[in-house]
Amino acid sequence: MATIPTTASGIAAAIASKQITAREVIDSYLAQITARETDIHAFNLVTADAARAHADAIDADIAAGRPIGPLAGVPIAIKDNLCTHGVETTCSSKILEGWKPPYDATVVSRLRDAGAIMVGKTNLDEFAMGSSTENSAFGPTRNPLDTSRVPGGSSGGSAAAVAAGFAPVSLGSDTGGSIRQPAAMCGVVGVKPTYGLVSRYGLCAYASSLDQVGPFATTVADAALITEAIAGHDAMDSTSIPQPAPALVASVSQGVAGMRIGRVTDLPAGAEPEVIARLNEAFAALEAAGATIVDITLPSLSYALTAYYLIAPAEASSNLARYDGVRYGLRVNAVDTNSMYGATRAAGFGDEVKRRIMLGTYALSAGYYDAYYGKALKVRRLIAEDFERAYAQVDVILTPTSPVVAFPFGDKVDDPMAMYLCDIYTIPTNLAGHPAMSVPFGTGAHGMPVGIQVLAPALGEAPMFRVGGALENAAGGAK
Amino acid sequence: MSPSGTPISAADVAKVARLARLDIDEANVVHFTEQLAKVMGHFSDIDALDLSGVGPMTQPFPLVNVLREDVEQPCLDTDEVLNAAPSSDQRRFRVPPIIGLDD
Repeated sequence: MATIPTTASGIAAAIASKQITAREVIDSYLAQITARETDIHAFNLVTADAARAHADAIDADIAAGRPIGPLAGVPIAIKDNLCTHGVETTCSSKILEGWKPPYDATVVSRLRDAGAIMVGKTNLDEFAMGSSTENSAFGPTRNPLDTSRVPGGSSGGSAAAVAAGFAPVSLGSDTGGSIRQPAAMCGVVGVKPTYGLVSRYGLCAYASSLDQVGPFATTVADAALITEAIAGHDAMDSTSIPQPAPALVASVSQGVAGMRIGRVTDLPAGAEPEVIARLNEAFAALEAAGATIVDITLPSLSYALTAYYLIAPAEASSNLARYDGVRYGLRVNAVDTNSMYGATRAAGFGDEVKRRIMLGTYALSAGYYDAYYGKALKVRRLIAEDFERAYAQVDVILTPTSPVVAFPFGDKVDDPMAMYLCDIYTIPTNLAGHPAMSVPFGTGAHGMPVGIQVLAPALGEAPMFRVGGALENAAGGAK
Repeated sequence: MSPSGTPISAADVAKVARLARLDIDEANVVHFTEQLAKVMGHFSDIDALDLSGVGPMTQPFPLVNVLREDVEQPCLDTDEVLNAAPSSDQRRFRVPPIIGLDD
């Protein structure tokens, strides 16, 4: 058997040119899952039989000379908050356990149309609420680089799946950093596209004004390839930007000569010293590659955490009202509907989901709305205006992705505020609706990977991927 | 302290849980009150900001009403949808009585 390439683009090319079969590829990845999944728990469900059947169908198409998609035969893992028709979708919550959606998320059908093969549904913090994947009702995912540590979250399963070689690429969702932060902690690439660039149809809603679907990959080029495949207008999402998917793969190798890279001089404190050291090395590497470093300030950035943890729970408290035991998922029977709702939701939701629902309900309740939710929306505006001023001077901004490297299990799970602080550098992007990506760049404490975050203005994916590509090239020389 | 000046109380948490249709026992109300008070304590950082004249931002980009042509389109399969429900009857979702039997 020929060697199986490790990238999505390599696999697609090798299959299309008949060097290997889709079946050989999928069998190789499924073997890797069999070997390590017990230790990692990246998946809520592995769809091995369907994946093999899909691979055989692609091989039959190739043998018959029928046209195949650009991602034909590429294995992909899908976060378990994206609806898959007839395949259990749980959001890692007891309240949805066993639910088989009657439709596919748009991103899922687009990937299938492109020929990608789903290998399974990945674990997450329940309803994407968390930064360590410890909030899953079905048990935590372990970091493949050190199984005593968390993979980050909420898309910890998708990050771990790519880091463990269970799939070359995966999909996650990012509401406050849930793609970028686990990507950083697992040493892979993670992208949150511009709000509206990728359809949210079929993504189980957490905070609708912040949620966005995006890829994990081992290379920046693969991340660009998958972003291209899932982006573009979708009539099923009213916030979808009405324009076709941009071409992004070519940007990755364009270099950064002449680009202006923003360095935030008033970056909120709290990052580990090794993380700051890697950030400084990243600036030096980009400067050496021909970019100019420009000092900027984002004075409202330190308030982003408060704005986010009021806005996101407020939206969640409304979105999660649908889990009421009527149309899908769990029901705890009771004498009347009101008692049924209360008992069902108490039994079905975990503690973090309950905390955020209560926080959001409080922030929206009469007498507190102006003091909390109303104020948070104004702070959101200040943050967006900060970015607007900054992007008049620079093309992209560089920050750490996470202030800390992957931490041991149990470190923060009972201290919500400590957990929330993991998102301090990723949250502002979501509030503004901008794109951002995390690129692995050396290691920090305990030899765990550090991620550098590239932030860009709305629809600035092309410059973001240029800088991502340059960082990837330079990362070989990072500590 | 919260922006409104008083920390969240156990009574607040019990009320909010009721509003959110979450049955939470007394011990857990105390537990959640402690955690939420700590989180909300952090929120007082925005009290220092002058927000007069700042408009609220509810969405990243302005929302526009999206309408399609009023033409019949395929929709979800009714049987498939009802099969996923905890209980259904005569092609409808079946629920317990709206008004409690003990009221």
